[in-house]
Amino acid sequence: MALSRISSRSNGITRPFSAAFNRFISTDSTPITIETSLPFTAHLCDPPSRSVESSSQELLDFFRTMALMRRMEIAADSLYKAKLIRGFCHLYDGQEAVAIGMEAAITKKDAIITAYRDHCIFLGRGGSLHEVFSELMGRQAGCSKGKGGSMHFYKKDSSFYGGHGIVGAQVPLGCGIAFAQKYNKEEAVTFALYGDGAANQGQLFEALNISALWDLPAILVCENNHYGMGTAEWRAAKSPSYYKRGDYVPGLKVDGMDAFAVKQACKFAKDHALEKGPIILEMDTYRYHGHSMSDPGSTYRTRDEISGVRQERDPIERIKKLVLSHDLATEKELKDMEKEIRKEVDDAIAKAKDCPMPEPSELFTNVYVKGFGTESFGPDRKEVKAALP
Amino acid sequence: MAALLGRSCRKLGFLSSGHGARRSVSTETGKSLNLYSAINQALHIALDSDPRSFVFGEDVGFGGVFRCTTGLAERFGKNRVFNTPLCEQGIVGFGIGLAAMGNRAIVEIQFADYIYPAFDQIVNEAAKFRYRSGNQFNCGGLTIRAPYGAVGHGGHYHSQSPEAFFCHVPGIKVVIPRSPREAKGLLLSCIRDPNPVVFFEPKWLYRQAVEEVPEHDYMIPLSEAEVIREGNDITLVGWGAQLTIMEQACLEAEKEGISCELIDLKTLLPWDKETVEASVKKTGRLLISHEAPITGGFGAEISATILERCFLKLEAPVSRICGLDTPFPLVFEPFYMPTKNKILDAIKTTVNY
Repeated sequence: MALSRISSRSNGITRPFSAAFNRFISTDSTPITIETSLPFTAHLCDPPSRSVESSSQELLDFFRTMALMRRMEIAADSLYKAKLIRGFCHLYDGQEAVAIGMEAAITKKDAIITAYRDHCIFLGRGGSLHEVFSELMGRQAGCSKGKGGSMHFYKKDSSFYGGHGIVGAQVPLGCGIAFAQKYNKEEAVTFALYGDGAANQGQLFEALNISALWDLPAILVCENNHYGMGTAEWRAAKSPSYYKRGDYVPGLKVDGMDAFAVKQACKFAKDHALEKGPIILEMDTYRYHGHSMSDPGSTYRTRDEISGVRQERDPIERIKKLVLSHDLATEKELKDMEKEIRKEVDDAIAKAKDCPMPEPSELFTNVYVKGFGTESFGPDRKEVKAALP
Repeated sequence: MAALLGRSCRKLGFLSSGHGARRSVSTETGKSLNLYSAINQALHIALDSDPRSFVFGEDVGFGGVFRCTTGLAERFGKNRVFNTPLCEQGIVGFGIGLAAMGNRAIVEIQFADYIYPAFDQIVNEAAKFRYRSGNQFNCGGLTIRAPYGAVGHGGHYHSQSPEAFFCHVPGIKVVIPRSPREAKGLLLSCIRDPNPVVFFEPKWLYRQAVEEVPEHDYMIPLSEAEVIREGNDITLVGWGAQLTIMEQACLEAEKEGISCELIDLKTLLPWDKETVEASVKKTGRLLISHEAPITGGFGAEISATILERCFLKLEAPVSRICGLDTPFPLVFEPFYMPTKNKILDAIKTTVNY
């Protein structure tokens, strides 16, 4: 296509992208203050200020990473339809601001644990595109060695604890991680993400009670995209004010489509959690795709609603407007950035496609700890015996 | 494949003693339906025939993720067919309470993989209610339906077969149909059975299996196994979608001169020991196959019981061809599953023992 030819020509001629960029716009971390789009709504605490400290570098990083996340999810959509990704695939496009804003407020020592809509969180935690696509296609180079798939991304060195299929089950786990952090005096917090559907699970309240009782640095983040699969929030919850559901636990409602509001809220939550104990954040966000690739996403909501959100509240568009209004880049430069990103994603996909599937012997690895000595039998229980490594 | 099973089903003469006379639906004709439509019909009939029956679960209102509950909410109203929030433990507990008041609660758990939060309610509340209250109370009206089993790409949490966990609980019944015609009759029996029942539906067959299903109200008795294919050399026992695979293996074995008898257990708890015993006493060999992992799977119970009852008649050890002892894998599913070839190999090994 014409577009790809242009980008490959420019890649050959110009300098590496970021260097070229430097010549045209100031990325020298000049501090910029951004106002969040909406005020925060607080429950049992004082809301943080609407003015968010940022910098020109951060603004551009936000744009780049969110565009990368968006492109990655759209590419995953095509791969799924081409049957290269099988099983279940839950896409995050529309919700990028939550992943990006959270990362900006914390360090890699703070833990994040989430449900199955985890591709972008993994990327935000420092995962590579190659690992993402390999895992999605079930290849060896994937972050979980191809054994997990879309729903089970993990990254231990960045304290990303995954990647869970059973709804709500990750929240008590997150509180346990927070306990360990407090016990080890790590000065770190855990963000346990869940959705509006999971907010009605009993285990959440059990975990919240325990966290509040023992003042654990656990931050429960409800990514409220208003639909639990196909069920609208008002049909599933008597009180869809998820930030208030903690009752005795403070909460904050945040515009989840505004990356800076998310950043401010997460920073506030981290300070709160380290000092006083658990807090609930409700991110008011939206997903453009359906629940998963098997869900068209239009039987329970109108196309007007989806396109309305895309026009009014799209997180990438918002950052783009900020970048342009602060004169950090021109339209053309941003478009070039997007083309670069598209190529990067295409390259990662091509590389992942070449990667081999896991060896059949991998079926038996890591069931137990290595060297445990358990045996697994072949079909007739007599001839084939494999010692589980 | 399932239609083949349907047409070939026949009860052996000597088995009808002791099981009472009942009308056989095996030769009746009807409309060609797939599994989810047959289950849908059964639910329509159940709600129609008893005004105190309810269907609820996640997303059942619009028809459910597998379309088993289509049309119910429109026909019987939102007060009898309704959606619940995402809480399996709450859903089953709520169903037990409803059943305790004399209603028929037909609960849907969206995937059998998600049934574990409700495990406590099923084991500790539902199964023991009648026993611990000295028959003052019971939740017999409770029926829990859940799609189970592999589909080819389900991965860890959309493919599990948890029937073995529930077969260990006295007080509940566990039923698994193999085809649309069976499913409709068995489901109606489960709903009307005065004990709590867990009904696992093979999700792989929801669209794949098509069979002639009689349109009227009929019930297939529980705790009665069925010999769906007669033979003399070896008895094969299975349930649900696995029977399709086993039948393919039987056909292949026949080409090599081995005559296989195939039994559909239908009800796993309490299971029909007499039918299997009679068959093994005739053939002298037994092979059990299921998708769930082999260690602690229900095949172990069948094997132990048959060993007790038929020890002197056995010509070879009881063979079990089951899923491997690993979590249900993603890309390794073809290796994990008890495939036709694995079963065929085992048939030959057992017969040539």
